[in-house]
Amino acid sequence: MNAPSCAELLAQRQVVIVCGTGGVGKTTTSAAIALAAAEAGRRAVVVTIDPAKRLADALGVSRLDNTPTVIDGPWPGLLGALMLDTKSTFDEVVRRNATDDDQAERILSSRFYRNVSGTLSGTQDYMAVEKLAELHADGDWDLVVVDTPPTRDALAFLEAPQMLSRLLDNPIYKLITAGNRGVLGVANRAAQTVVRQLARVVGAHVVDEAVAFFQSFDGMERGFKERAEATLALMGDERTAFVLVASPRRDTLDEARYFLDRIRRADLDAAAVIVNRMLPRTGLSVTQAQTLHTSLADSGGGGAAQALLDLTTAGEADDDRVADLSRAAPNAVLATVPMLADDIHDIDGLRVIAELLTR
Amino acid sequence: MDPGRFFASSRVLIVAGKGGVGKTVTAATIASAASRSGRSVLLVEVAGRSASAPIFGVEPQGYEQVTAVDEAEHSDPPSGRIMLRSITPDQALVEWLTTHGFKGIVTRMASSGILEVVATATPGIKDLLVLGRIKALESEGAFDLIVVDAPAAGHALGFLRSPAGVRDAARTGTIHRQAVEVLELISDPARCQVVLVTIPEETPVNELIETSFAIEDEMGVRLGPVVVNSVLPTVDGLDVDLSSLDVSDTERNALQMAVTFRVGRSALQDEQLTRLGSELPLEQLRLPQLFSTTVGPDELSVLTDALLAEIEALPEVDS
Repeated sequence: MNAPSCAELLAQRQVVIVCGTGGVGKTTTSAAIALAAAEAGRRAVVVTIDPAKRLADALGVSRLDNTPTVIDGPWPGLLGALMLDTKSTFDEVVRRNATDDDQAERILSSRFYRNVSGTLSGTQDYMAVEKLAELHADGDWDLVVVDTPPTRDALAFLEAPQMLSRLLDNPIYKLITAGNRGVLGVANRAAQTVVRQLARVVGAHVVDEAVAFFQSFDGMERGFKERAEATLALMGDERTAFVLVASPRRDTLDEARYFLDRIRRADLDAAAVIVNRMLPRTGLSVTQAQTLHTSLADSGGGGAAQALLDLTTAGEADDDRVADLSRAAPNAVLATVPMLADDIHDIDGLRVIAELLTR
Repeated sequence: MDPGRFFASSRVLIVAGKGGVGKTVTAATIASAASRSGRSVLLVEVAGRSASAPIFGVEPQGYEQVTAVDEAEHSDPPSGRIMLRSITPDQALVEWLTTHGFKGIVTRMASSGILEVVATATPGIKDLLVLGRIKALESEGAFDLIVVDAPAAGHALGFLRSPAGVRDAARTGTIHRQAVEVLELISDPARCQVVLVTIPEETPVNELIETSFAIEDEMGVRLGPVVVNSVLPTVDGLDVDLSSLDVSDTERNALQMAVTFRVGRSALQDEQLTRLGSELPLEQLRLPQLFSTTVGPDELSVLTDALLAEIEALPEVDS
């Protein structure tokens, strides 16, 4: 079976989720993917989580915020970009799901909520997914590209939509919140024991705040659950492509393989693997470079031969490692992007990458 | 600076850096260099997957300890032993609850998500408890030095912020005391230092500088020297006139291309190293780029030699 090209992927999918460890050019690659789609005439928006201002600079805008900024350029489609603001997105989710304004305000003003929305691990993933669902549902965009937070666990992102609904579904919460409502009986005594023990661990006021927080969600569980189910369906079917970004460095390729293992456990697969920062090939084999290195050792060309041997050896090692990764992802399109002289600083730099991805 | 003295300056070294800068290899190199200076070392991984075992040429370890290097009798001067172990946040939480009188909670509620509740009620608790486990190991004093391969990416900051976060969120209770104790550890330079790792490229250097200031200003944690990984070794004679060499055209073209590439990359690298030096007033320990496919014991030995030489070249400081 022939894997479709990157260009075909970008023409067909509605959502591209760009995964990988930090430091491999994930944000830049995400922007280049959206740009490539805009060049192909689609309305594409990239959601980035990278707080660095680099992407805004590269796109030629002063700043990005939590709603799409349309980037002007000579492409037939539309290019939008936004930088995820976890806190505001979480606030929007609460407001949208609250039964009335009072309930929304009760939640938003709770200290426990501020802890959870600001620091709970997985919140950023959850909000990235919420933003993706929102943009997809808006209908203003043909393609939503999401630059995921650097996490080593792919499943964290896939499980993110269920985070809140699972939390609210948790029997312990039900026990605690029910217990505090003064329901009598065995369940209540069990709940009180749990609450007392928790209070000894984290302090009573944390437990009180937690209980109040979860009680304040009363009636919202259903909305969260339905949204989570719809988003999971979107991410799980052919509308969505997972793209794995790596560099040929040993540690990032190890992480990439680990990622592939994990994503397969969720019965998903990467549609494309993009390896950035490939070294240029010298055209000689390592053996040839070694022979030349030996024969030039005592001439003025010793240094040049050393540079050639180093580059050839490193290039071949890169190729071996990338071939290993490619074998681990037989159904994915493999695209390689050569090491560029410098970081991407402008839209022309992004266009170079977009072209490399779709050639 | 004498490496023995360098590695004696604190009991815990937390090695942190964004993904893809060779943090795990650096942590292994530091452990190996400390061992060569005669110190016994525990190398702790917190990412949940053993990546350092292959570097030492041993089988990956579980939660229990594994001896990686034990050549004390064979080397001169004698090396200290190195042990590897993993501490995962979930295990640290269960262990902590169990040893602090909450065994009931753990066994009764583990399957129904109580751990999730505790973790949700107190953001940062899992990171804190990993650090708490490290603090306990430090107090036990079974090792001269504990090297921690910290979580990658932005998580390093969250990891180091967790004790203060938990201390402020849980103002009473057992966990509050734990947070205070861990804060004492990480803010005492005689007990704990953070070594940041980067590579000589624009974005990693930027992030390193930002992270350094955040760590020192916000947390009062002492930063040790910065490790700069993958530094291209200097090659002399790259300005040779290639047309003077007795080689084929194919070879000449390949040489030309390799020279141009090396000169270009070296210049970019030097620019970043200089910038790092001028924007961040910390000593740099530079490790050479290796051109091999994998890092095993042989490569580790090369890196260890390089690190020891760099430490010896550091100026003496009175701490």
